Formats: sequence, C-alpha cells, structure tokens
Amino acid sequence: MPGDSLTVTVVPTGVANLASIVTALRRLGTEVAMSVNPVEIGAASHVVLPGVGSYAAGIRYLDDHDLRGALVERIEADRPTLAVCLGMQMLSRGSEEAPGAAGLGVMNARATRFPGTVRVPQLGWNRVAVGEGATDAAPHCRFVCESGYAYYANSYRLVERPGDGWSCAMSDYAGPFVACAERGSVLACQFHPELSGVWGMALIERWLRLAQTGKEAPTC
Amino acid sequence: MLTTRIIPCLDVKDGRIVKGVRFQNLRDAGSPTEQARLYETQGADEIVLLDVAATPDGRSTQLDIVASVRVALSIPLTVGGGVRRVEDASALLDAGADKVAVNSAAVRNPELVQRLSERFGRQCVVVAIDARRSPDARSWEVVIQSGSQACDLDALEWAKRAGELGAGEILLTSWDRDGVGEGYDIELIRAVRKVVNVPIIASGGAADPEDMKQAIDAGADAVLAASIFHDGRFSVREVKAHLAGRRVEVRLS
Repeated sequence: MPGDSLTVTVVPTGVANLASIVTALRRLGTEVAMSVNPVEIGAASHVVLPGVGSYAAGIRYLDDHDLRGALVERIEADRPTLAVCLGMQMLSRGSEEAPGAAGLGVMNARATRFPGTVRVPQLGWNRVAVGEGATDAAPHCRFVCESGYAYYANSYRLVERPGDGWSCAMSDYAGPFVACAERGSVLACQFHPELSGVWGMALIERWLRLAQTGKEAPTC
Repeated sequence: MLTTRIIPCLDVKDGRIVKGVRFQNLRDAGSPTEQARLYETQGADEIVLLDVAATPDGRSTQLDIVASVRVALSIPLTVGGGVRRVEDASALLDAGADKVAVNSAAVRNPELVQRLSERFGRQCVVVAIDARRSPDARSWEVVIQSGSQACDLDALEWAKRAGELGAGEILLTSWDRDGVGEGYDIELIRAVRKVVNVPIIASGGAADPEDMKQAIDAGADAVLAASIFHDGRFSVREVKAHLAGRRVEVRLS
C-alpha cells in the first residue's frame, strides 16, 4: 500500500460522480479530502481532478472557484496530479464541445467529437496500447506501463498527441486517440481508472507511489 | 477496439436479489454485494442493479445497497428503479452509481431524459425500455410499471425519441422473453439498432452464451443476463470464453 498517511485532495467538479474515485482511493489506503480552495489545492501533495458532464460546465466551475491558476501552476511544477475523463480534456486548449471555453492549456491539443461512423458516446472497455508508436522524443510511460483494458464513457477525445514531454498511450475508436498522457508526476486519463478493474486500480496505485517518491523505475 | 460488454443484472427487492419470469413469481437469488463482487472477479464488465420494488419509502434502503455494492466493485455500476425526478438520480449517483436507468417515469415524462442528460451528461443516462410484442407480432409496444401496464407507445419510436432526448444508451428488455430462457428477441434488437446510434444493451431471454452471440450479431453492444448467472449455469468467464471462440471481441483478464 502506498503511504499510510497520504492524503489525496479531490476537486469536486460540480456534477461529477465522486463516489467511485473516492472509494478507489480509500481502498488503496489513502485519506481523501475535498477542496475547491485554490490555496489548499496549490499546497496539497496529491490532487485528483475528476470530471463528468459538459466541458462548459466543468471549465465554468473551475473559473467560478478561481482554480485555474492553482491547477496550472502545480502541473507546471510537476506536482502529483491525476486528471480523469473530462478532467483530462480540461487540461487541453479547449474542446469542440464548447468552442468559447478556454481549457487550462497545459496540454497542447484540443478535444473533438467522435465521428458518426461509431456509436457515440463510447461506452465500455477499450484496449489501451502502451509503447506502440513511441519515439525517442517521447519517453515511455511510467504509470501506464502495461497494456490492458480500460473503461470509457466519452463523446469527445484528443486525437493529436500533446507533445511537450507528454508520453501517451493510445486506444482506437474510429482511429487512434489519446488514452492517457503522463509527464513527470502528472497523469491524465481519458478513461476511468477507478472503474477499470484490477488494471485500473494498479495504475492509480503506481501514480500514488511513484508520483510521491520521484523517479524510481516502474515495477511492472 | 471497443469490446462487447457482458453485464450481470441484479434485480433487487427488499435488499435481496430476486428473479422471476416476465417480472412475476420472484424467487430469492442471493446478496447483491456478494454476487456483484463475485461477478467482477469472473470478469463482468459492468453491473446493473435494478430495484424492482422501488418506492419512495424504500429509497434509503436502496441507497444503502448502492453504497455497499459500490464499495465492493471497481467496475461500473448502473442503477435503476423508481427514478422519477432529477433528485432521485442525483441521490443514486452520490451513493455510488455511475449511470442511472430510467424507465416508467421517462415514458410518462420524456422531458426527464433531457433534464438528466443536461445535468449529468449523456453518458450517465440509460433509458430502460421494456418491449412486448403486439398481438399481430409485427411490432412492439412499451410496457411500464414492471410490465403491468401497456402504454400504447411503439417501442421503436420511443427508442429513437429517447436517443434524441439525450439517452446515452438503451437497455432493451424483451418482456416476452424475460426469465423464459428462449434466447433474446433478435428481431427487436435488429429493429431498434436501425433507429438509434447510441449503444444498446440487450436483455431478456439468455439461456446460454450462444444466445448472446446472436444478440451481438443483431447489433447489441452489450448483453445483459440474470438467471443464467444467478443459477450458476454459466460463469461470466465461461460466457466470455465462448464468445471469444466465436470471434467476438471481449475483455479477457
């Protein structure tokens, strides 16, 4: 189990269902705190940015609580941060879902809708392929270090890899899209690791442990 | 590639799993928390929990069960039964549901689907449709109140409308086949597939894994079953092994 006394701060983004992520974190032995206070979020050791619902509502919620600066700052400073689903999309520049709403912009990519050739939303388990298409410029993922199946519930996704040192694993639904991206201690998942069974729990556990202890080698 | 989901369904009444035939003659089939956990370890992709006797009085019991099943699971949980208002859905999500299924209340008040979708996002909203073949056997009508009431509504029209209103998926149950074990109503699945682009969960009638293969071929994105799992005739793992052998993409762990 990762550290006995570790507290993870979850940002309760408006309409998100938090029970699953909170349950998963507690099962891994962490304490869970909720906060929408920018000072607390800036100071927290580990922060989770979940997200379910519309892009516009999610961004508005962050801005209403003045959280944009605190989140960008901690991600740029490589502080342990996990963004899930809409949370990941909010790290990008923006989304086709809400053209007027600027994302946090720490990932240089933009969310677009799946085409009508596939069923939308994507609901279910899709393969996350690790290592395929990786280049020397994009170091291998530390957290997402084994391929597996992940649970998705999304209508929008990032097709472009964000670059800037982000390592990506990909899934395929009407073509490749970014399943997750990680850089240092920051992990962003389009899928829901908290609903992805044993594989997802192991991923969250690696993020809790590795993000905390620095650059040690992955254990899987 | 997105895999086909295998979904055990827990029909819950007074805190216990029950199963009947055409929604009647319910018999006890175990504890929801224990069964949900067992099915996850067997490789279930999701659990659906339907409170077949949900009433306003039973609401807090229902929420306790959802919370205890949630703690036992690390896969998605869909909950339905007695969801009449946005607040009911909100309470279920807070208790640990990942998706909420609406049935009778959505038929009476279609706007509910839209409101749920706007509030929680389409991916959170499952519209459950219980469809019964009409006497001429050429169309299906929607039945509500656990099948006790016909409502002069064509099932295909309702499925299409539900998708337009904001349903993220359709849980399509054949009333005629529920608990009967004669296979899914393949024609029903095929007909609904033609009119909606959201995922379809086929339900009602599975007797063996080959029935599921037929439903998938007809256009189901997920197959739901209760009796064959509760009775121990097949484990989820056995169902998936069969389907993988029949070249259906399933998540094998």
